[in-house]
Amino acid sequence: MTDTTKPTGTKGISRRDLLKTGAAAAGLAAGSGAITGFPTIWAQNIKDVTLRQFGTGVSNINAIADKCKEDLGFTLQMTALDSDAVAQRAVTQPDSFDIADIEYWICKKVFPAGVMQPLDVSKMKYFDKLVPLFVTGKLTPESTIAQGTAPHTVGFVTAADSVEFAKEPTNWLTMIPTIYNADTLGIRPDLVGRPIKNWKDILDPAFKGKTSILNIPSIGIMDAAMIMESAGQIKYADKGNMTKEEIDKTIDFLIETKKAGQFRAFWKSFDESVNLMASGEVVIQSMWSPAVAAVRSKGIPCVYQPLEEGYRAWGGGLGIAKHLSGLELEAAYEYINWYMSGWVGAYLNRQGYYSACLDTAKQFMEPYEWAFWMEGKPAEKDIMSPEGKVMEKAGSVRDGGSFEARMGAVACWNSVMDEDRYMVRRWNEFIAA
Amino acid sequence: MTLTARLAPYLQAAPLALILGVFLLVPLLTILMVSFWDYDSIRIYPDFVTFNYEETLFSWVTWKTYLNTLKFAVIVWAITLFVGFWVAYFLAFHIRTTAMQLVLFLVCTVPFLTSNIIRMISWIPFLGRNGLLNSALVEAGIVAEPLEFLLFSEFAVVLAMVHLYTLFMVTPIFNTLMRIDRALIEAARDAGASGFQILTNVILPLAKPGIAIGSIFVVTLVMGDFITVRFMSGGQSASIGLMMANQMSLLQYPAAAANAVVLLAVVLIIVAGILRIVDIRKEL
Repeated sequence: MTDTTKPTGTKGISRRDLLKTGAAAAGLAAGSGAITGFPTIWAQNIKDVTLRQFGTGVSNINAIADKCKEDLGFTLQMTALDSDAVAQRAVTQPDSFDIADIEYWICKKVFPAGVMQPLDVSKMKYFDKLVPLFVTGKLTPESTIAQGTAPHTVGFVTAADSVEFAKEPTNWLTMIPTIYNADTLGIRPDLVGRPIKNWKDILDPAFKGKTSILNIPSIGIMDAAMIMESAGQIKYADKGNMTKEEIDKTIDFLIETKKAGQFRAFWKSFDESVNLMASGEVVIQSMWSPAVAAVRSKGIPCVYQPLEEGYRAWGGGLGIAKHLSGLELEAAYEYINWYMSGWVGAYLNRQGYYSACLDTAKQFMEPYEWAFWMEGKPAEKDIMSPEGKVMEKAGSVRDGGSFEARMGAVACWNSVMDEDRYMVRRWNEFIAA
Repeated sequence: MTLTARLAPYLQAAPLALILGVFLLVPLLTILMVSFWDYDSIRIYPDFVTFNYEETLFSWVTWKTYLNTLKFAVIVWAITLFVGFWVAYFLAFHIRTTAMQLVLFLVCTVPFLTSNIIRMISWIPFLGRNGLLNSALVEAGIVAEPLEFLLFSEFAVVLAMVHLYTLFMVTPIFNTLMRIDRALIEAARDAGASGFQILTNVILPLAKPGIAIGSIFVVTLVMGDFITVRFMSGGQSASIGLMMANQMSLLQYPAAAANAVVLLAVVLIIVAGILRIVDIRKEL
């Protein structure tokens, strides 16, 4: 841990200096600027506020809490849990958090339980700067909406006290979108020995006993669906909402594949996937982008391979607990507006995710960084992670290319199905088989 | 005087009764209660439904998983019993001084100073496809290709469990062996018994309580295990504990509770069977 915090400090100062000038020039300084806009009494009391945020590890980063303290003055306590635990805690202990940093498919499960309150769009400073993916579901006006629990379908509720998802954008957001990405298969280019182009390549007999998929049912079933469709086994009406027959067919096929010895292991946590790949136990598997970066940082080649059928995407956002009111609620809105104002967005972009407010994030990134991460151009110089480690050498290109190429090729979103319970039962059979 | 005399034993038993009541009985009853509740993907509803049990008992997955877990239990029990008995035997009868016995026994416990997760996970780099053992075997020319069955297999699960649980067998057996009156062995020898006869007619019968206690430890630990099975089989194999963990992670608490009740019943039956064969109290 200390290894990573130190460079942040040193690197942070230079960036901060840069920000100061940038802010002065552009009059940006959203956080500090916003505080003065509040009644004075709040500006003083807000320092005593502590907000408890919990969520999946990806964006529960202490650097964000530190920066929040610095810019806004109040304390943010971060707790990172796995996605199942997050859903559980949100529902069963709704008083244990103030801000939930969760994925949209979790939101679909959690929000109807009435443990969160909708966000007032009119209080969102950067709502109109959001990537349209989260409002209309379309990246560009021409693009088609991907299958699964697309964020915009659970992004709004019908009224301030409603738990019913709205079909059209309303004034009430379930969560403010913050982070998203397009996932695909990770490969070891040195060990696969041939070009990988399709999801079905994971079924290649050449990779027998050297593949893995993830054992988180709601996500694993989507990877399985991509593989099934690619292999021509089935054509789903909606991968993200399968019928019982489709679930049966998918699971039966998976069981058959498992019994034939195609899989080496099933992973459940991020580090397991890193270890499987780095140790050479598997050569092609389901993976998340930071896991690919982690394998590469060990000096082992690993590619986040773009595939013809497209990506499986996921998105997350920030929601507010039902019990929050008064000063704390104002602080939460303050925090959310600060989150969207660019610094965090740039931080997330530099980790290989995407910020939901790209315009503001751009102002906090160097042009060469923006060109590498967002435009898919070769890196002009070494690309650093936010912690100050070299992630990519100069000259390299991001796997999958530009933002439009990656997010424009989303085939489905992580989802919760109507037949969720049946799917989970069958999934357990697959694991037990 | 009569009242206090009558109250005294209850007062003396009260602390233990309270602890067992609050930390064992109440949770168990809660589990039993929840196992009859209804649930959907996020919430549980107080109710009285039996389908949690129906889904558990009438699904081939449950049966397969139970059989699989029982198989692990039997294999691990047999190996730990064999290894554990001979380690204890060596310590009790071949080491002459008590001080040395104690030192060697403590040496057995040294690995237990680290967490059992660490002891388990450290097998992974050792057994992996490019792990220490495989590289050594391949370089020594013993095998041409790395042995795949070493990791992420049932072999790996059994190996790790034996490693983790053998001490639970050694300790009670060592304890009973130490209590055996050495005069009995001398008497047997004077009566003309061979070494093997002493072992089967004197030592083994007297070691039965220790073996029974060790067996209870090992069987209950293996039956309830989930993390070893998950890590060492690479998620490819199932155990009852793992099944419950999966259900809980998906908020299906009533289903997991029903499973827990069934598991508890099975384990209690096994333990009752062991106690039926060996009367631990009588022979202690």
